[in-house]
Amino acid sequence: MEKSLNWREFIITRLIQTSGYSAIVFVALIFFFLIREGAPTLGEVDLANLFSVRWYPIEDMFGILPLITGSLVVTIGAMLIAFPLGIGTAVYISEIAPRWMREILKPLVELLGGLPSVVLGFLGILLVSPFLRVFLDLPTGLTAFTGSLLLGGIAVPTIVSVAEDALDAVPRSYREGAWALGATRWQTIWRVTLPAAKSGALTAVMLGIGRAIGETMTVMMVTGNAPVLAIKLGSLFAPVRTMTATIAAEMGEVANGSVHYHMLFFIGMTLFLISLAVNIVASSVVFRAKKRAERILS
Amino acid sequence: MKRVVVLFLLSSFIVTSCSSSSSQSPANTSTKYIENKGSDTIVNLALAWAETYQAERSDVRISVTGGGTGTGIAALINNTVDIASASRRIKTEEIEAAQANGVNPVEHVIARDAIAVIVNPDNPVSELTLQQLSDIYSGKINNWKEVGGEDRPIVRLSRETNSGTHVYFLETVLRLGNSDDKTLFSTDTLLLPSSEGIIIEVRQNPNAIGYDGLGYVPDDLKMIAIAEETGGAYVLPSIPTVNDKSYPIARDLYMYTDGEPTGFVKDYLDWILGAEAQEIVAELGFVPVH
Repeated sequence: MEKSLNWREFIITRLIQTSGYSAIVFVALIFFFLIREGAPTLGEVDLANLFSVRWYPIEDMFGILPLITGSLVVTIGAMLIAFPLGIGTAVYISEIAPRWMREILKPLVELLGGLPSVVLGFLGILLVSPFLRVFLDLPTGLTAFTGSLLLGGIAVPTIVSVAEDALDAVPRSYREGAWALGATRWQTIWRVTLPAAKSGALTAVMLGIGRAIGETMTVMMVTGNAPVLAIKLGSLFAPVRTMTATIAAEMGEVANGSVHYHMLFFIGMTLFLISLAVNIVASSVVFRAKKRAERILS
Repeated sequence: MKRVVVLFLLSSFIVTSCSSSSSQSPANTSTKYIENKGSDTIVNLALAWAETYQAERSDVRISVTGGGTGTGIAALINNTVDIASASRRIKTEEIEAAQANGVNPVEHVIARDAIAVIVNPDNPVSELTLQQLSDIYSGKINNWKEVGGEDRPIVRLSRETNSGTHVYFLETVLRLGNSDDKTLFSTDTLLLPSSEGIIIEVRQNPNAIGYDGLGYVPDDLKMIAIAEETGGAYVLPSIPTVNDKSYPIARDLYMYTDGEPTGFVKDYLDWILGAEAQEIVAELGFVPVH
């Protein structure tokens, strides 16, 4: 009996270990594949072309700067919208809302998170973009801002659920301590609860950024896909073309092994590196914050 | 990758034709399959053909998918389809790629199509010359008042670069048929992934100008009459004006096969060029080949 239990435990431990390692293996394999298919680009397209401002693959113009700036503009816009909204909603749900309201809001937000992005994109084309064109008096409603708005909507549920968990994990004694010192509810939230949940909230925002930068469908439908270099002040309210939308729109067209094909993988590689950088920055920030908190508590 | 697949399904309105002959016994092993993929311009036509043909020939099943001309030809090169539909002629480098793979593309003209230039009905502009169109799309003309309209910015809409219509428009309109011309679409041209996307935006936006196959233009949008040169006659796209060659932006539509077709694929292509199938061409707003 004892022995069979050990045996089972051994198998289960190994299984869990394997699934843990498999994540590393998968990421490594994906990256390896991206490099294998994308790296030949550097030999085929000269750097002046690669870092030019014109993306027009059927004439062998492979400037990726418009695509990178396009992705950044849309993502930054989305974060400016999703960050306050997401954290605000999380604070409301976890700290302020009465119990019954919480019971309604939580599943609603999760439902929003499960909404297929195609549906949001369709709503964006039919409702949001015409509304923004008239409301902001733009030449067209298919702009980076429309993309940001919808992407913000997509990122909010992710941010809310992770940030809310982090707020929930703050010990009740912290809040009671603050109240005992005469702090108002607002002071407690702003000075005690939120700082204590800082690392979790940061993780939430980083996950939101990851969600926003990798989103394809909605972005392709509502941003207009015009490969303009998005570095002017008005770029947020002009059409842009993102990296993800470019890969999605052109993937089906390219012949296997052509320059254009390698180029699309190169864009994928760039996207992967950007996500990696975001994650490294995030975890180093979170890690540092944790160490500091541990120092103070010890 | 999953996303790419999903997107493909949606943006190119992939429609797999369901066989209407479900009464056919499943034990029938002599069913012949034809795989037809390519141009979004042709996909509805190909689908209508496939349905009619399958109703007559219950032993043939035809699956029709869109995705764009480039997609169809790429599939032909990779030898995964029997017939590739194309709204432009196959390029030399595509022929080379095909031959390198042991595929020998053979061309069949199966219908003709006019490219209609469309604007919002609220736009007072109703006539343009080819030169004006070229200047609009290359970014030299940026306001409707320069071509006799209101003082509004011009929003240029185009199909994605994998569309045969895009390439045709670039060569015929932007470059006015001059192959040495290196004019490009203005970078702020919106590249929309589907014909439907262009129609939705033109319907909503009085600043927009777009182009689409004649068969796709709904009645509530305004088509622009085009003149080949200044002082020439302005012509609206229609079946008669394409056939008498007076409408300048019209093209042939193609299907490509690997080598001369044989057997049931040949039967199908012969039927497509026959009277019954060409009647369907006219019904869908395209122009019959004879």
